Amino acid sequence: MVTLDKNFVTLENFGHSLRAPAYVFKPTRSEEIVQAFELANKTGLTVTARGAGRSYNDASLNGGGIVLDMSAMNRIVKWDPQTGRVTGEPGVTIEKLWQCVEPDGWWPPVVSGTMYTTLGGCLGANIHGKNNFKVGPIGEHVIEFTAILPAGTEVVCSAQNNADLFYSVIGGLGMLGIFTSVTLQMKRIHSGLLEVDAHPVHNLHEHLTDMLDDAPNYDYIVGWLDATAGGRGLGRGQIHAARYLNEGEDPNPQKTMQLKSQVLPLRLFLVFPKSILHYFMGPFVNNLGTWGVNTGKYIASLPRHTFRQSHAAFHFLLDYIPNWELSYGRGGLIEYQSFVPKETAEAAWTEMLKLSLKRGLPSYLGVTKRHRPDQFLLTHAVDGFSLAMDFKVTNGSRAKLSQMLQEFDQIVLDAGGRFYFAKNSETTPETAQRFLGEETIARFKSLKKRCDPNGLLESDLYQRVFGSYKT
Amino acid sequence: MPVKQMDFPTATPLKPRARALIIGASSGMGAALAMKLAREGYDLALIARREELLSSLCNEINQKDKGRARYYVHNVSDYSIVPDLLRRIVSDLGGLDLVIYAAGLNFAPLINEYNIENDRQMLEVNLIGAFAWLNPIAALFQSAKSGQIVGISSVAGERGRVGNPGYNASKAGLTSYLESLRNRLTRHGVNVLTVKAGFVQTDMLKAAQKVMFPITVEKAADDIWNAMHLRKQEIYAPWFWRWIMFVIRNIPSILFRRMSF
Repeated sequence: MVTLDKNFVTLENFGHSLRAPAYVFKPTRSEEIVQAFELANKTGLTVTARGAGRSYNDASLNGGGIVLDMSAMNRIVKWDPQTGRVTGEPGVTIEKLWQCVEPDGWWPPVVSGTMYTTLGGCLGANIHGKNNFKVGPIGEHVIEFTAILPAGTEVVCSAQNNADLFYSVIGGLGMLGIFTSVTLQMKRIHSGLLEVDAHPVHNLHEHLTDMLDDAPNYDYIVGWLDATAGGRGLGRGQIHAARYLNEGEDPNPQKTMQLKSQVLPLRLFLVFPKSILHYFMGPFVNNLGTWGVNTGKYIASLPRHTFRQSHAAFHFLLDYIPNWELSYGRGGLIEYQSFVPKETAEAAWTEMLKLSLKRGLPSYLGVTKRHRPDQFLLTHAVDGFSLAMDFKVTNGSRAKLSQMLQEFDQIVLDAGGRFYFAKNSETTPETAQRFLGEETIARFKSLKKRCDPNGLLESDLYQRVFGSYKT
Repeated sequence: MPVKQMDFPTATPLKPRARALIIGASSGMGAALAMKLAREGYDLALIARREELLSSLCNEINQKDKGRARYYVHNVSDYSIVPDLLRRIVSDLGGLDLVIYAAGLNFAPLINEYNIENDRQMLEVNLIGAFAWLNPIAALFQSAKSGQIVGISSVAGERGRVGNPGYNASKAGLTSYLESLRNRLTRHGVNVLTVKAGFVQTDMLKAAQKVMFPITVEKAADDIWNAMHLRKQEIYAPWFWRWIMFVIRNIPSILFRRMSF
């Protein structure tokens, strides 16, 4: 294959808060993945697959080891507009996927908040969308996938065939095998638009009750939570609930489903290019600035309104401002997402939000969603809600933030909550053990031993949460 | 077979780790720098020949300091295994931010003694060992576009004196090798610091006869740490050797060859 040393590249997480150099290879065919495993066996290094590098934590980092950059394996192998089944390589991005299927009247059943993630990464983390309460995670829409196990064998898995691997490799953080092909079922749509209802919520109780009540009537629900507001407004924000349009509701579906109807605006107020917007956001990414921006946003959200919006514009909010994560400055950002059962969520998050305000470390972006459980081995979902919070990392805040997140972990665990490995960067082995349960971890490790007897697949995330085992 | 073990904690955004490799860490400035860096929270891979010294140093660090340390027994003139060992160390540490080449050997000959065997050994440890380690490290850092290399050279490299031709030649070579690395790597975001050590109270100094104002290894380690922090190019340790060497460098040969130091 290639020489190691010339490919030693410093990689970062999406939040630019963590750096880890690794020997990076870019396979174009599945044989090259096998070659990488052979090289790993020979040199004693470990291997991690990396998709778009959009994880907020160390899921696609492997300091000092080999990282397989899967972005060159990005072909859509087969697309059948009759059945809505699409087969693609793991490096296919959600962007490429929706742009392939949408003009034919289909939409990916589950998408992330950014369209730049890859199928491999999405399946590895078993991502959820704003419709998790209705359709589950992306794994439930996989008809079949092929993965290479470190032993060199290729396995084909579906919910019927190799079911134990199907439910563990999906959501398995790339630690059991590396995807080489994924077949997904798309969702039929009758318009390029969604009907969106936006309404404000004035406190956490209202926030969660409204989400719960809205859920049966909509296809997507997402809440924005102003984490800088305390007192009576604690947990205030805005809920966007959207539904697909039925046949006939859109007078001109052919037009709205064209790709040019789905583009995100590149300019703000027609003149201001968004690509440089993040430079101007920087000065507002602090406690006072965010409080001001959030209060303005909350006031602007007060009128209840209904509108139609393209799928892309509704889903890919994070792509509105390119490189927005750079506005968090040199230390970057981290995200903390907790999944709490609906019965205990209000109490747990009230405590967390109050604590963050008391410590002077409010989250600058809070996003809530509604979830339902699923049967994947390392699942993060519960019958309840999730709250994702972004925190700015600075040299001065690291220790305080670390302490606070440890307390958050306790609150969430006591409330019967769970965590998401694609987002949280500080989850400890003890926390993982408590929410996953010893039995689940033992099952995962025994599958790991079966798929990867030499322990070749190891990311920094795996090292951090599961430790390495010696053979 | 992967041998990555949990000796070093995984870095997280809120608990970042700095990683250093010290070659020649069992005694003297290497050991003092290991202690200093461990106190500053670095994770350390320590290399030297003498296992007892290394293991007691590691134990001391792991018991009391923020940083963690792990050792690898290796003779720097065993060049052929360097690439594999380096790869293993980078993998164990989970990255590499800083490398200190502190391995050094000094046989003080008599004024009329010529000893090819001693000279060869000094050259092998002081210079060729540096090539063996710092060449692949320079390639890694150049590719990663970050990193810092510290080489412990000596004021002895600035003039060829009557006292120790082999040592002077090896340190002169090391100094200009480090300068070349600096000129290659600065444009790639890598800092190279040359430490020109004067009299520092190390085992090596015990062999020397005349000593002017020696400093402790701890003081030297502090000076080097400060220079590293400022990403300087070159320091004299102790500082006044800059002026002593300014004078010595400018002694005309017609005088210098008649002097006996």
